Amino acid sequence: MKVRVLFFAALREQLGTPGEEVEVPAGVATVAALRSHLRARGGAWQLALADGKLIRTAVNQDMAQPTAAVKAGDEVAFFPPVTGG
Amino acid sequence: MKVSVQAQDFDAGAEMRALSRDPKVGAVASFVGVVRETGMTLEHYPGMTERALAKIVEEARGRWQVMDCTVIHRFGALKPTDQIVLVAVASAHRGDAFAACEFIMDYLKTQAPFWKKEAAGWVEAKAADDKAAERWK
Repeated sequence: MKVRVLFFAALREQLGTPGEEVEVPAGVATVAALRSHLRARGGAWQLALADGKLIRTAVNQDMAQPTAAVKAGDEVAFFPPVTGG
Repeated sequence: MKVSVQAQDFDAGAEMRALSRDPKVGAVASFVGVVRETGMTLEHYPGMTERALAKIVEEARGRWQVMDCTVIHRFGALKPTDQIVLVAVASAHRGDAFAACEFIMDYLKTQAPFWKKEAAGWVEAKAADDKAAERWK
């Protein structure tokens, strides 16, 4: 299935991309699984999405936990803890 | 209710006056965040930002008597003394206005997708901000 992934702030800079359309295997059905799938690309992906790095996620523009479901066509964003205000 | 995510500055006085036109309003509480010491660039997540702010305002309306409310948050390049954010809440009495204003600001700090970058790099999120939001749970 295809999902749209987005990256913001430090994560966008570390990965060198604001986002992309990715084809993921059917087994990748949660935010955590999608993060692992991207991390397996190695290099900057391995570092930026490493376990233990504090990363917040949103599915279809709502804050989402790692256990949240990911479906075909979803927009999944990865970003550092927010610092507005 | 007004939520705006914008590059341009805002007139806090005019925004507050606009909230007190209804004669049932007896209190307008507000908070203005200002850039301190070093300039910065604010990045945000267009679409989600407006949605997150609207949800926070809705949550506040469920908890307190909020007759009207304005939230404005800027993005882009900002320099010291520039205004960053305005939260203004109109209510019949000050208790609800103060509480809702502080709640919206605390939630905005931890839920609205904005990121500050200074010359030294990206600003780290503060544990104190998480704590401030936690106390409303």
